Amino acid sequence: MMTTFAILVENKPGVLTRVSSLFRRRAFNIESLTVGHTDRPGVSRMTIVVDTDELGARRIEAHIYKLVNVLRVENITLAPAVFRDLAMIKVAASAESRTHIMQLVDVFRARVVDVAPDSLIIEITGTEDKIDGLLEVLRPYGVMEMVRTGRVAMSRGLRSSAAAPGEAAAGPSEDENVFHSV
Amino acid sequence: MKRTGAQIVWECLVRQGVTDIFGYPGGAILPTYDAMLDYPIRHILVRHEQGATHMADGYARASGRVGVALATSGPGATNMVTGIATAMMDSSPIVCITGQVGSKLVGSDAFQESDVTGVTLPITKHNYLVTRADDIAPTFREAFEIAASGRPGPVHIDITKDAQQSSCDFDWDAAVPKKPEFRPDWSARPEDFQRALDLINAAERPLILAGHGIILSNAMDIVRAFAEKANIPVSPTLLGIGGFPASHPLNLGMMGMHGEAWVNSAIQQADLLLAFGMRFDDRVTGNLKTYALNAKKIHIDIDAAEINKNVRADVGIVGDLKESLDVLMPGVKTGDRATWIAHIQDLKGDSAVRDIQNLPDSGHLYAAHVINDLWRATNGDAIIVTDVGQHQMWEAQYYHHDKPRSLITSGGLGTMGFALPAAIGAKLACPDKEVWVVVGDGGFQMTMCELATIVQEGIDINVAIINNGYLGMVRQWQEFFYERRYAATPLVNPDFKKLAEAFGLPAQTVTMRSEVIPAVEAARSNRKTVVIDFKVEQEDTVYPMVPAGADLDAMIRRPSPSPIVETGADVL
Repeated sequence: MMTTFAILVENKPGVLTRVSSLFRRRAFNIESLTVGHTDRPGVSRMTIVVDTDELGARRIEAHIYKLVNVLRVENITLAPAVFRDLAMIKVAASAESRTHIMQLVDVFRARVVDVAPDSLIIEITGTEDKIDGLLEVLRPYGVMEMVRTGRVAMSRGLRSSAAAPGEAAAGPSEDENVFHSV
Repeated sequence: MKRTGAQIVWECLVRQGVTDIFGYPGGAILPTYDAMLDYPIRHILVRHEQGATHMADGYARASGRVGVALATSGPGATNMVTGIATAMMDSSPIVCITGQVGSKLVGSDAFQESDVTGVTLPITKHNYLVTRADDIAPTFREAFEIAASGRPGPVHIDITKDAQQSSCDFDWDAAVPKKPEFRPDWSARPEDFQRALDLINAAERPLILAGHGIILSNAMDIVRAFAEKANIPVSPTLLGIGGFPASHPLNLGMMGMHGEAWVNSAIQQADLLLAFGMRFDDRVTGNLKTYALNAKKIHIDIDAAEINKNVRADVGIVGDLKESLDVLMPGVKTGDRATWIAHIQDLKGDSAVRDIQNLPDSGHLYAAHVINDLWRATNGDAIIVTDVGQHQMWEAQYYHHDKPRSLITSGGLGTMGFALPAAIGAKLACPDKEVWVVVGDGGFQMTMCELATIVQEGIDINVAIINNGYLGMVRQWQEFFYERRYAATPLVNPDFKKLAEAFGLPAQTVTMRSEVIPAVEAARSNRKTVVIDFKVEQEDTVYPMVPAGADLDAMIRRPSPSPIVETGADVL
């Protein structure tokens, strides 16, 4: 089962290595990984997609929490959440095929972001399925190049994996024993 | 107050209560070595940095305190890797400090530069590259906290030379470690404890699997009270030995690949396994597909990542073992479980006849005899530090440990060369205890340079080399599974007596069983470290044996009635 984790980490040198190394070390294969800044200075957010079962997902979560630089982990696979992937696709476009391609772009609610004499760059945001769908219909025209960000995800509503510091509900325990857990 | 980074290292170590440190100097750590002379910490000069890490490990395991090792950059640091991995696998709290080239040179392939934090990342609980003197104190406080808390383990601190040399304000109080912003509460809920109690009180054939966690959590008394109240038999893992007294009637002996035959059979027949601070390593489960299929499992471990890792737990309790048992104890019903305990007695069958201790004396010297005699001569009261291989398994079978932290051995990583340096660390942690090294002729030669450390530091331990002229455990596998094709296992050894004497240590060679106890007694009364070379039967075999990956009760047994020299021919 494709499992999606949203992970907040301290933005320090080597943290990406620590997280990705953990997946490799424990023999889990990362399908997709994205990292970027958050609204909090010094805090980065990773979205990691991995193919595993429920028990495997729990073990991954437990392992990630052992990393000192990790602030918070959320498995948002089954939570109500918005998943997005962004792709840029460069497709061959002659004078006569350009109109057809632009109609497809409209249908998929994508955008043309660059026009060259013999090609177009199309930007599309959506679920992986939607992007795969556009890619499929563009293939006959000649896909020259593509880049995708991989999945980013955010849970809906009040639940937040990006909880602000000091948020009492899930704040740090006062118990000495939980220091860095294990 | 102003201090250099190097001084701050020692200020921190003194405040952490460190009294002994194991190390080896070099260019990138020289500022720290220079500052050392002004601080009241004993430095033990090792002969190889691997030895320093094993000593810190042995120190930690014998005492429960954090062990500390110190080395330079590059090769000094990479030599520590084996010791760090050993400590990681066996949950031993150590802090390893290494020098690093100056921060401006990092990444330039400078002399003796290596990306050692990159190397130690997957084999430490956490590691640090410190490039500023200001960061040293907070890093050290956090490192010691991480090493000793939760499931203990190794922490590595790499400090650039310029961070050691530059000065800054040292403020110990301000360097207090921050707690993590958030950690989920996975501790067991009341209903988990109730489900565990329901299983325990209903069980007819329960068994306690006693792991290292008992010792780490200091839960010896409560485990004993628990077992006695409910009359549940106990079997330790290799690292669990000493957590439950060997002489206790409920202690069945060790489980696993070279565990007692009746224990492995009992595990397969049990209806409830209580896993206390153990991790269902493949060496104790055999084939997971057929492991204890009749049993419900209650798994108590402080590491949430261990629950359901290898064996599916019916009740998983994440938490400190002692605290968890304190909660369970009042709800546990007394029981006699006489039928089950009598059944386990029956499972022993003719095991006593097969026991090498009960075979007639043929004049041959067997390793198992040496170890059993060592147990007798030391009244079972010594700290035994073993290496890895056949002698390690015989030690577990024939030295009966009643006290925690009295067997120190590399279980998870199986590191040859561990014993001699780890014993030095154990002796420094417990100067009043008698410490014996039990080591094979192969493993001894991996770290025997530390005999020089023993002489230079005036350390009084004793060394029993179980010398069979082979890499014995590998030879045993070749005997059973590779048609006795002894590829690269016969050893041509030096004369260990002369070797020890060259280091300035008294030594003796023993070839007869009648000489064993007198030799041990002589070593015990000598104030120096004595090396005894026990020349034992060459092609002896550890029984029982569960072949790797086989069902736990599919054991190869010692042939019975036994010819004195087992041929292995009638075994499979």
